[in-house]
Amino acid sequence: MDQGVVGIYSYQDSVLEAVGKLKEAGYRNMRVFSPFPSHEIEEAIDLPESPVRFFTLFGGLLGATCGIGFTVLTSSSWPIAVSAKPIVSILPYMIIVFELTVLFGALSTFLGLIINSLIRKRTPVRLYDERFSDDKFGIAVVCEKEELGAVEAILNSTGAEEIKFDEA
Amino acid sequence: MSQTQQAPLTYARITEDIVRMVDKPSMKWWALFIPTVMLVGLGATCFFYQVAMGLGVAGYRHPVFWGVYITDFVFWVGIAHSGTLISAILYLFRARFRMSIYRIAEAMTVFAVLTAGLFPIIHLGRPWNFLWLIPYPNSRELWVNFKSPLVWDVFAVGTYLTVSSLFFIVGMIPDIAAIRDKVKDTPRKIIYSILSFGWKGSNWEWLHYTRAYLYFAALATPLVLSVHSVVSWDFAMGNVPGWHSTIFPPYFVAGAIFSGLAMVITLTVPIRKIFHLEDYITLDNYDGMAKLIILTSCIVGYAYTAEFFMAWYSGSPYEWGQFVYRATGEYALFYWTMVICNCVVPISLWWEKVRKNIKALFVISILINIGMWFERFNIIVISLSRDFEPGAWGVYKISLVEAGITIGSFAWFFMFFLLFVKTLPAVSIAEMKELLPVPKKGG
Repeated sequence: MDQGVVGIYSYQDSVLEAVGKLKEAGYRNMRVFSPFPSHEIEEAIDLPESPVRFFTLFGGLLGATCGIGFTVLTSSSWPIAVSAKPIVSILPYMIIVFELTVLFGALSTFLGLIINSLIRKRTPVRLYDERFSDDKFGIAVVCEKEELGAVEAILNSTGAEEIKFDEA
Repeated sequence: MSQTQQAPLTYARITEDIVRMVDKPSMKWWALFIPTVMLVGLGATCFFYQVAMGLGVAGYRHPVFWGVYITDFVFWVGIAHSGTLISAILYLFRARFRMSIYRIAEAMTVFAVLTAGLFPIIHLGRPWNFLWLIPYPNSRELWVNFKSPLVWDVFAVGTYLTVSSLFFIVGMIPDIAAIRDKVKDTPRKIIYSILSFGWKGSNWEWLHYTRAYLYFAALATPLVLSVHSVVSWDFAMGNVPGWHSTIFPPYFVAGAIFSGLAMVITLTVPIRKIFHLEDYITLDNYDGMAKLIILTSCIVGYAYTAEFFMAWYSGSPYEWGQFVYRATGEYALFYWTMVICNCVVPISLWWEKVRKNIKALFVISILINIGMWFERFNIIVISLSRDFEPGAWGVYKISLVEAGITIGSFAWFFMFFLLFVKTLPAVSIAEMKELLPVPKKGG
């Protein structure tokens, strides 16, 4: 059974140092909590590119397709000439296509965010501390029971102010 | 301008200050909220009276059948625009002055679109049939006419409401989590836990969050330009002197941003004072907004001139007659109010002293809002009251019912806004923290 340990920090540079040392020692299964998005932390941990962009792309393409299909098929299903314009008038239909592209793109971006970051969280929730949304940083490491001591030593040596273990 | 010399901003103080805003409402808040709700009631009463009596109680007279309601619709859609400008476009440009005001501007966007969306329905003779605007086939399997600007409007405004609401909600997730972790009583804790979607602020969450936010901004930027362009086509597609013009889309978009920025100033000045946000919403924020107002005021002023020039240069007596009538006819007072408020008053903002004077800005912003309301009124009503056929000319007068509904719409907007500042984080906690220097060991 995996065990968890979290170190609480006040300074971002201590966090970066600890992340570097943990990576060196071979601990990859960690999460860094911060009260705001930080590029330095992102770079230090070196995660793969977020898949949210594919959600945006596919949503947008789906919206555009729906927009074209919707306007062209409905006006062709009952061909009635309005305002002396062709039955299928591409130019005005582009407005509908554009709006649906944005609408579907935004909705699926939202979906992508929810799925990737809030449902597939992969965060040891038990290790969360309420101060992480206020003014503290945290490093949560999930490891084997035997490794806890080594991880704790790294967290301690990099200036963790407090270390908590997962009781479960 | 921090008269109350407080401790310097720290992460802890930011959280504390913003969380304090959602505490129990003060007497001042109630003193604003109760009259606002009463005015919403006035608007609702006027609306139900109109439903019972028919559209005759509105000032509609031949030949003007688009009046104050459509003016209000365009006005509120316009107000919505600067919210997205500040939250999305300035985000892409990495303008730092947006950070403390963008949440308020986004809230303003959502509530202004909510207000605007009411007016096409109020304007209907049989408002319960508003469903007919939604694209579904009628009993003869005939679909809506996608060549009609009114259907474009439904798509544009519907998309805008959805996307700006999503943008608003997503932006608030980390801040609601911060409030969740601070509030003590259980009911509020439960509500904020649900609203925060279980946000924990791990690097994994931030990674997806920042990307998603970027794509939202990238989608919202062309959207905001399209929405008011579509609204302007409601007019520009019509063959009416004063409406049938190719400059309408940029003219409307610039006007929308102009009026929206003014509304942001009108809203933030009292909020800054009441909640003591002087350290957050600084004079530099106002300076940045005032500069954008100068820019958009110049574009709007140029459009007014270009309209006159094109009316004259086109050689069309109907076009030229329309514009001369605007400046000299029965509605001349409205026309010149518009010109003075939108083109002359903002000239004062060229001076830095004025840009950094809160009281002056507040007054100017209200004048701009008045001017922009009249701009829409002038375009819509004056054009309709004199078109090609002199025998059909007429003068439109605003009725009491229309005035009541317009006042009600302002109250409706402010009601949502007051509820917002008391329940949700009105200043972005995470982005304010990003503005501070990162804490390092040993200072």
